Formats: sequence, C-alpha cells, structure tokens
Amino acid sequence: MAIDLLAHDYRGDFPILDQKVNGFPLVYLDNAASTQHPVCVIDEIARYYREDHANVHRGIHALSSRATKLYEDARIVAAQFLGAASSESIIFTRGTTEGINLVASSWGSAHLSPGEIILITEMEHHANLIPWQMIARRTGASLQYIPIHGDEGTVDWSLLDQRLKENPVRLLAFTHISNSLGCINPVREICTTARRHGVVTLVDAAQSAGHAPINVQELGCDFLVFSGHKCCGPTGIGVLYGNPELLADLEPSQFGGEMISRVTYESAEWKSGPHRFEAGTPHIAGAVGLASALEYLENIGRSAIRHSDHHFGRVAYEKLSALPGIRILGPKTERAGLVSFQLGTIHAHDLVAYADQFGVAMRGGHHCNQPLMRKLGLQATARASFYFYNTESEIDRLVDVLWDAIRYFGD
Amino acid sequence: MEIDDLYQTIILDHSKRPRNFGELPPPAVKGEGYNPSCGDEIAVFVSESPTGTIEQIRFNGQACAICMASTSLMTTQVKGKTTAQALGLKRVFIEFLTKEAAPANGLGNLQAFGGVKKFPQRLKCATLGWHALAAALGNCGQ
Repeated sequence: MAIDLLAHDYRGDFPILDQKVNGFPLVYLDNAASTQHPVCVIDEIARYYREDHANVHRGIHALSSRATKLYEDARIVAAQFLGAASSESIIFTRGTTEGINLVASSWGSAHLSPGEIILITEMEHHANLIPWQMIARRTGASLQYIPIHGDEGTVDWSLLDQRLKENPVRLLAFTHISNSLGCINPVREICTTARRHGVVTLVDAAQSAGHAPINVQELGCDFLVFSGHKCCGPTGIGVLYGNPELLADLEPSQFGGEMISRVTYESAEWKSGPHRFEAGTPHIAGAVGLASALEYLENIGRSAIRHSDHHFGRVAYEKLSALPGIRILGPKTERAGLVSFQLGTIHAHDLVAYADQFGVAMRGGHHCNQPLMRKLGLQATARASFYFYNTESEIDRLVDVLWDAIRYFGD
Repeated sequence: MEIDDLYQTIILDHSKRPRNFGELPPPAVKGEGYNPSCGDEIAVFVSESPTGTIEQIRFNGQACAICMASTSLMTTQVKGKTTAQALGLKRVFIEFLTKEAAPANGLGNLQAFGGVKKFPQRLKCATLGWHALAAALGNCGQ
C-alpha cells in the first residue's frame, strides 16, 4: 500500500507538476538538481516586482525602504531557518558555489600557509572541491582527502580525531548529504571533533537545507552554505552562514557599491556585518522569493520532509534493487531521498533520454562528481531524486520505465 | 514513437555490436574526443596507406548508444577514403544534423542519425567520434 506522506496535502501547490511531457504525466525526479516552486513563492516574486521593487539600502523613497525591509526581513527568515543567533551571520550569495568560493578566497587567503592542510572528503561536489584546489595552489597549503569505501561510500569517521591530532589541518569542508551517494554525514559529531582541534568547518548543505532540520548552533559548524533553488526558492540566490567570530575579521572578496562605509580616491572602508560581502545591487527578488520558500517549508516542517525523503529513498532502493544488473550507489540504509545507479550496460544518457520519452525526468551524468565516479570505475550514473511532492506511484512509474529500457536496449 | 526516431534499429545494432572496436598499435595515429558533460571518451586509431587513404581504422572508449553507434558507423564509412574525403564527410554529417534541409549527399547509413535533430542535447554524442577522427587525422604525418 503506497504511502504518500505529504503529496496529498502539498502537491497541488506546485502548478508545474500538473503537465504532460511527451504525452505522459510528468514524473519529476530531478529534485537534487533543482526543486520546483509552490505557487506562493511564484506569486510573492511577482507581487514584489509589481508593488515594491526599487534598489535597497540607498534610497530614501517609499519603494526603496519597502524593498530594503523585505530584503533584510529575508535575512532574518534565513537566520531562523538555520537556527543562527543573528541575521548578521547570514550572507546572501548566488548559491552554494559562490558561498564556498567566498570562504575559500576570503578565509583561505588570510589563514592558510604553506604546509597546512585543507581536508575534504572524496565524495564532494566539484563546488566543494575546485575552490579548495585553487586556494591550495595560491597559498601553498595542501588539499587532502578523507577516503570513501566501496559503492556504499562509507566513511570511517572514527579516524578523523587521530588525523586532526597528527596533522596541521586548518579547515575541514564536507557535504551534509552527498548528491550522488545519498549518504548522510554526521555533521554534529564531525564539527565537534574538528572544534576540539581548532579546525574550521564548512558544511555543504545544498542537498540538506531543504530536506532536514538544520540548526547551525547545535551542529557547531563555522560555515554552512546552501542554494535557494534546491529548496523551493529561486535560482541565483543562496545563503552563506558564518560563525560571527570568524566573519568579524573576514575580508570581502568582491568590492564595489553597497559594501562600503567610506571611500576616498585613495582607499575605502567596509561596512560591518554581512553587507560588506554583498557588493553591488543584490538579487532582491531572489531573497524575497527565498524567504517565501523557507517559510513554506517551515510550515510543512522539515522533520516531516526528512521523514518523507527517507521513505522514498528506502522504497526506491528496494524496488530498484529488483532490476537485473542494477548497481546502486550509496548506503543500503540511512539514505536520503535520492538513488543514483547504473543499469546493466545501458549508458546513463540513453536511460535518461528513454525515461524522458515517457515523462520521467531524471538526471544522468557524473553529477559534478568526476573524481568520485572515476574512483568507483563509473563514467556516469542515472539519478532519481525525490521531494515531498512526489508520490510512491511515481516510483512505480520509474521502475516500469526502467524495465522497458532493459528490454529496449538489452541484447 | 519519437524515441525510435533517435534509436533507430541500425543505431541500436551498432551500439551493441560496434564495428572496428579496438586499438591499432603505432605507427597508427590516435585521436581522442571527450565530452565533459557526460564523461564520454572515444579514441580513434588510424593508419594510412602509402597513397594517403585510411587503410585501417579502429576505435575504443566508453560512451552512450548514440556515440558508440555514430563512431562505429563512421569507421565503416571512412575506411578507404582520403583525409580530405573523410573530413568532407564529417562536414556534411554535422550540417545534416544541425541545419534545416541540409543535403544528405553520400551519408548513406549515417542518415539514421537524422533523429538527433529532434534531440539537440544529443548532438555532441553523435559527433564525438568524428571529432576524435579529425584529431587523429590531424596527427597523421607528424
């Protein structure tokens, strides 16, 4: 008996899901790449543009002060969403990638020296890997990896304490939920260990912020980043949370309007707080839409969303396991709401193209995890990723289309 | 069904049983193609006859059905052709896939890839082997 924990109440909020693709009802299973938008978010962005838009922080007129209020209110919403003590810890970015780049170039160039170590895991998305490669090259620090084992992607986190004790690690950056393995890393334990050794932590919460309760103070992380478009918000907006002590002496990496307090022809001084990291006119409508999305998710409750995710992850894992020749990545239990797999000898792109012909939208490729794929001896996988508006019957549609694909591409 | 326009019988056949699959030892030259969006890799090996025609050709790599079939069919089509003829065929093939009402002169079996026109995101798949061939031919005589 199918259990749709949340779709019954909330799927109707997502107009985009009510359409046919190639003659079949759309089954949208590419949520790890980008989620869809409830009508309240779409309406709020339109309302903002219709009624309140002006530039922020510089106008005296009514529209500007309304836009400024909305923008700064969005910062408060984001702070509450992450359990941050103050909205001063919230920097708006273009997304996860920009947040990590900001920390790498601002914190990294000020604090990393030759011989020191940046530690990340082998499962990181390119966004949490390449910025560290680049800052390591610039500063002479070395980038090292926490190994993962097997297709399940297991990490022996019990070795972390010893590793941090014996090596000059300055920063540890890791993903909360892996976008290709679907495993969930124990953020609080990792951050506690890191803090004991004075190691700064960055959590990539791109796959988790909209999927599980997050409280940065309980987790004890120094930086945490996520993207709006993976949690029902617009593209082009994201959040960087920074521990206030670290933010206080962090230099900006972009310069211009909005972020300064006093400028002469010779020099400039920065604003205090998050604004000095937000040079130029920000994505105001993005922040407004993001706040609407985060409030929408809070209303559903992220514990309920996590429960729904884990249910779909488990059901999909079980049903897909019955397919001949399937190789599923990630843990058998304790998995998030995504399943990444290779089906026999069928190339992921062929599989995804085939599924699309029957209205099933998946992702196929290396998922911005080229080193991980190489390590696992894979070029690409197909990935089905779920959100609370999906249904169990959609998983059945996926399984049916995969059976058809086996017959179509099989010998 | 539209999917059958993309995966025509001959394409599925060549993807499952690629022709001229393997390597050629030096002095045959090698050219490589890489598609960063999916990680597909194709290497094409070519040896030329004294008169400058493609005497032997093989390829290997891992790629999707479109790419495997396109490369396989390419090897059967360019064998015995001169470098100029092979590159000319590449140009005709790519124009056939990208331009409305482009002529299919001399494409023969390669016309099976006409369905790619409806799936522009697969254009790179259909042409990767040809780019690897061009790279190999560029390495000839060096």
